[in-house]
Amino acid sequence: MSDQSAPIIQLSNVCKSYGNIDVLRGVSLSVRRGEVTCVLGDNGAGKSTLISIIAGLVRHDKGIYAVDGEAVEFGSPRDALNRGISAVYQTLALVPLLPIWRNFFLGSEIKKGVGPFQRLDVKTMKEQTQENLLRMGIRVPDLDRPIGTLSGGQRQVVAIARAIHFGARVLILDEPTAALGVTQSGLVLKYIVAAAREQGTGVIFITHNPHHAYMVGDHFVVLARGEVETDAPRADLSLEDLMFHMAGGAGLDALKHELERKMPAGAAVAGTAAA
Amino acid sequence: MSTAMNKAELLPAEPKLVQNFSWKKILKRPEAGALGGAILVFALFFVVAPPLRQVDALTTVFYESATIGIPAVAVSMLMIGGEFDLSAGVAVTTSSLAASMFTLTLGGNLWFGILFALFLSLGIGWLNGFLFVRTGLHSFLVTLSTFLMLQGLNLALTKLITGGVATGDISTLPGYASAHAVFASTLKFDGMSLSVAILYWIFFVLLATWVLLRTGLGNWIFAVGGQGDSARAVGVPVRKVKILLFMIVGFSAWFLGMHMLLMYDTVQSGGGVGNELLYIAASVVGGCLMTGGYGSAVGAALGALIFGMSTEGVIYADWDPDWFLFFVGATLLAATVVNTWIRVRASKGK
Repeated sequence: MSDQSAPIIQLSNVCKSYGNIDVLRGVSLSVRRGEVTCVLGDNGAGKSTLISIIAGLVRHDKGIYAVDGEAVEFGSPRDALNRGISAVYQTLALVPLLPIWRNFFLGSEIKKGVGPFQRLDVKTMKEQTQENLLRMGIRVPDLDRPIGTLSGGQRQVVAIARAIHFGARVLILDEPTAALGVTQSGLVLKYIVAAAREQGTGVIFITHNPHHAYMVGDHFVVLARGEVETDAPRADLSLEDLMFHMAGGAGLDALKHELERKMPAGAAVAGTAAA
Repeated sequence: MSTAMNKAELLPAEPKLVQNFSWKKILKRPEAGALGGAILVFALFFVVAPPLRQVDALTTVFYESATIGIPAVAVSMLMIGGEFDLSAGVAVTTSSLAASMFTLTLGGNLWFGILFALFLSLGIGWLNGFLFVRTGLHSFLVTLSTFLMLQGLNLALTKLITGGVATGDISTLPGYASAHAVFASTLKFDGMSLSVAILYWIFFVLLATWVLLRTGLGNWIFAVGGQGDSARAVGVPVRKVKILLFMIVGFSAWFLGMHMLLMYDTVQSGGGVGNELLYIAASVVGGCLMTGGYGSAVGAALGALIFGMSTEGVIYADWDPDWFLFFVGATLLAATVVNTWIRVRASKGK
């Protein structure tokens, strides 16, 4: 899409090990303005370590992590936030019983008045919340409703919108559709696309659902055992290719071959078809 | 929800931020149950206790309510912040004792004792909060410990200093007149006398309501009680907020302690035990959730009013005063059932 623009985030040959276990081995990745980069991989492939590094939760051991072309070492998520890199985790950082507008501005409340009479600017906060919600296609007649009354997808979208409202240039979304049904996932995916295309946010979308990834992704990175197994733009990859790489790529072929030798032909075919 | 997918369909109507009056909205407020309860209890005693229909009796009811209500306001804020304080009842006595014995022993102006008691009470609140965030224990456990320790200190130190179970009379000390005027005066309007404690109580309820609903701190209090981890993730200083809430309870204990001291001039060292549960009960009747993140100061005030009416109503109805606690228990049970029912409906958006 906008491959020519300079990447906001660029990881080159990033490595991370815990003790003598290499969790990430030479991972390279770039995130550009208005582009959705999907990071896929099986459990234990290194996805969460990768996002923890990008979000400033852990430091990488080797390689270069550059933001706007400048190498960085984040000490805390706050450092990452200050550079406009914001992670939205599954727990969402929302308080279910708190009204929608209060949740939206929690920790960054807008105030008016001076000294001891300083108070919340309720009107402005409600207006801005409503504006943000409408922009993402959520219509709530009463912003005083506890946010827990919104659907799972809507809550996810509110959390994403909040990150963008407070200056996120790069959004890291950790399995945002994992716990959601089909319609709810659709709502979130739609908003991910809107965030990238309309607001120019760079999005890192972590998922293990290739269908969801292929619907919104511009660029796909498949991780396997801490290494980049595939790194391709949308143009070079079909959904089938993506699913093939997700399922284990070349390793799966070897497994299939092996199973075919050990089992009667019919059973092996049925087994792989089900997988 | 499928229609929500199409943005164009969603945008036609202008967003309405105008809040319309509706009974549903009133019923969804945390204090709705307490308001209903207060009306019922008042109606009951209005019928069975004819003397309660007089203005004098009503001011007595309000005074009784204020003595529960002043600490209950602070306790309700603490409960919204997700914590308990079992030491609040004896902390009131601790504060009275401290002010009284400090001045009687060291001499000088009573106001020095009052100031000393203020620092002590805030310090006890801070200690509760500090122990809570440091140990990671449940606040119930931490404040149960401080409750027992304070109770022991109240009795032991009073005996050590005065040789008895009560402090001496403070009414002859310098500064007594002005302190009495501030904390325990009685205002007269048209032959009606009103304790200043009632006015302070109303002021504290209004102040707490304003803080909770209209300041950033209030937003944080609801958030730390509702889901502390989420609040921390968006930059709310969870530990500081909790310590501050314990200190607010300390302040309220001091304030009531000073009123009691200047009202009766002497202090019984064993007093206050059991009141902490009344403060918690008033908050819960008023809509505070045991798990935090929900409730209101006005609700706690209505809860205190219910208990005030019950205390006086039982007396005016010529019943055995022992019935009071039965009443408190029954009200607590009824109110929590109603509140839970309302909240379940509210959280479903009905």
